[in-house]
Amino acid sequence: MHAVITRDLSRNFGSRRALQGVSLEVAEGEIFGLLGPNGGGKSTMFKILSTLLPPSAGTAEVFGKDVVADPSAVRSLIGVVFQSPSLDKKLSVRENLEYHGRIYGLSRSERKERIQDLLGRFHLGDRKGDQVGTLSGGLARRVEIAKGMMHRPKLLLLDEPSTGLDPGARMELMAELRLARREEGVTVLMTTHILEEAEDCDQLAILDRGRIVARGTPDGLKAEISGEILTLEAEDLDALKKDIEDKLDLEVEPIAGALRIEAPKAFELSMRLGQDFGDRIQSLHIGRPTLGDVFLRKTGRLFSGEEEVLDQAEVQG
Amino acid sequence: MTNLSQVQGREASPWSAVTGLASREVVSFLRQRSRVIASLATPIMFWLMFGAGFGSSFRGAGAAESNFLEYFFPGILILAVVFAGIFSTISTIQDRQEGFLQSVLVAPIPRWAIVSGKILGGSLLAFLQGAVLLALGPLAGIPFHVLGFALALVWLFLISVGMTALGFYFAWKIDSVQGFHGVMNTLLMPMWLLSGAFFPAAGAYWVIKALMTINPLTYGLVGLRRALYMGTPEKLVGLPSSWVCLAVVLGMILLMIGASASAVRKKAL
Repeated sequence: MHAVITRDLSRNFGSRRALQGVSLEVAEGEIFGLLGPNGGGKSTMFKILSTLLPPSAGTAEVFGKDVVADPSAVRSLIGVVFQSPSLDKKLSVRENLEYHGRIYGLSRSERKERIQDLLGRFHLGDRKGDQVGTLSGGLARRVEIAKGMMHRPKLLLLDEPSTGLDPGARMELMAELRLARREEGVTVLMTTHILEEAEDCDQLAILDRGRIVARGTPDGLKAEISGEILTLEAEDLDALKKDIEDKLDLEVEPIAGALRIEAPKAFELSMRLGQDFGDRIQSLHIGRPTLGDVFLRKTGRLFSGEEEVLDQAEVQG
Repeated sequence: MTNLSQVQGREASPWSAVTGLASREVVSFLRQRSRVIASLATPIMFWLMFGAGFGSSFRGAGAAESNFLEYFFPGILILAVVFAGIFSTISTIQDRQEGFLQSVLVAPIPRWAIVSGKILGGSLLAFLQGAVLLALGPLAGIPFHVLGFALALVWLFLISVGMTALGFYFAWKIDSVQGFHGVMNTLLMPMWLLSGAFFPAAGAYWVIKALMTINPLTYGLVGLRRALYMGTPEKLVGLPSSWVCLAVVLGMILLMIGASASAVRKKAL
C-alpha cells in the first residue's frame, strides 16, 4: 500500500496557482524528499497532506484515507513536524511529550513507556527536565521530532526540518529519521530547499512553480546528466561564450558570474579550452552533476532556494 | 511495525485532549512570573487609583455603597477576568500559525474539543485571578458572607467562561494581533465600561442606559453583586434578578462556544 497518493492536486490562492496538478506516490517505508525553491509549492503540499488546507482540485490520500473526506482518519495516521516550533517553551522536554500524548489520548502507562523510549532514542534523557526555551536549536528540533513520533504515526510529515540547523545538526537529524524508520517502519515525507539534505532522501520529487519537474532517486536524477559539469570564470563572459560556442560547437550557459558547460568528457574539454582560451579564463572548475544541475536542466533556472515574491504570497495564503 | 487496522481511524478520547489542553494552559501561565504578577497588579492598581481618585465625590444614583472604592470593587473583579480572558485568547492568533496549537490542529480530535480545551484553560486562568482578588473584598468594605462569597466564585467562573469564549471567537476570526487590539478597544473595553463596573445604569443618559441593558456583561456583574451582597440585600434594589442574570450569562456562554466551534471548523489556520 502506498503511504501517500496524490492525483492532479491543485491549490489556488486567489489568482496565484500554488499547485498545478501534482500527482505523486510515496511508497511505505520511504524517506521521500520534496525539493524545490521556496514558493515552489512545497508548503502548500505539506499543509494539504497535514489536513490543514483543502485542495482546490484533485485528491490526496494517506494510506488510502482521503484528506478531505476523512481528515480524522488521516490525522490518526500522521505525525507532523512544523517548520516553526510547536513546543511550549515554558514546559520541560518531558512535559511537552506528556501533553502531546494526552492530546492524542494515550493512556498514562502508554505515555510513560513511550516517553522513556523516545528520550532514550533521541538522546534527550539528561535534558528531560529542562524547559524547552533553554535548549539549542538542534536539540529543540530533536524534541519536535520525538513529539511528532509520540503517538506512533505511520507517516511522518516534516516541513523544512533543517531550517536554522548547522550542517552537523542536519546530518544528525537525517540519522534520527533513518533510525525512526528502521525501528518503527515509519514513512517519512519531508520538504526541503537544501540540496545536501535532498541527497540523503531515498526518493525525490522536484517541485517548481507548482509542478513536479523531476522524480526519482538522487543518483538516478543526477545520472540523467551525462558526464561532468565544467564551470569557468572570466572577465568578458559574453564574448567568451560566443567564441567557445563558435569554435567548439558546444552549448554554453551563462550563470551567475560564470559560464557552465555540461560535457561528457570534461577533462579533455578542459585541455582544449586551456589551449584556445587559456589567457582569457580566470578559473576553471570540473565537478560531478549535483541536484542543482538537475534543477537547472529541468527548469532552465538556477536553484537558489528563494523566490521572494511567490514566497510572500504563500505565507499569506 | 504497527498493524494498520490498529491505528486506522483511532479517534483520540476528546476528554483527555480537553483536560490536557486546559492544564497545559494553566501550567505554562504559572511559569511566567511576570505575567502572573502583572495580571494581579494591574486590576489592583486600577482599583486603588480610580477608587482614591473619585473618592467620596462619587454619589451614583441607586448605588447604596458608601464610596467608590467599594462600588468599583466587583467591577475590578470583572476587569481582571476580562483581561485574563483576552490575554489567554490573544495568544491563539500566533499560536495556531507558529506555535503549540499547530500540532493540536492536526491531532485526531474533534474541533469542539480543541475549542473547549482552549476556552477552559483560559477561563481557569481568568477565574483564578478573579478568585485571588475576591479575597480583598472585605477590605473594600463588602461584608464577608460565606455563601455569598462562594456564589461569587461561581459567578466569576461563569463570567470567565463567557468572556474567554468571546475572546476566542474573535481571536480565531482575526488573523493579526493588531486586528484583535481593534476589537479589544471598540468592543471588549466598552463592554466592561458599560457593564455597571464604573457607574450604575440608574443615573446614566438613556443611550448609555440602553447599551448597558443589552450588554451581557451587565448581567454577569449584577449576578456577582447579588452574590457578594447576599447578606445585605437592601443594597441591591432595582437590579435584575439572579435568574435573569444566570439565563443571560449561560446563553452567552453557549452562543460563543458554538460560534467558536463553527469558526474553527471553517478555518483551521
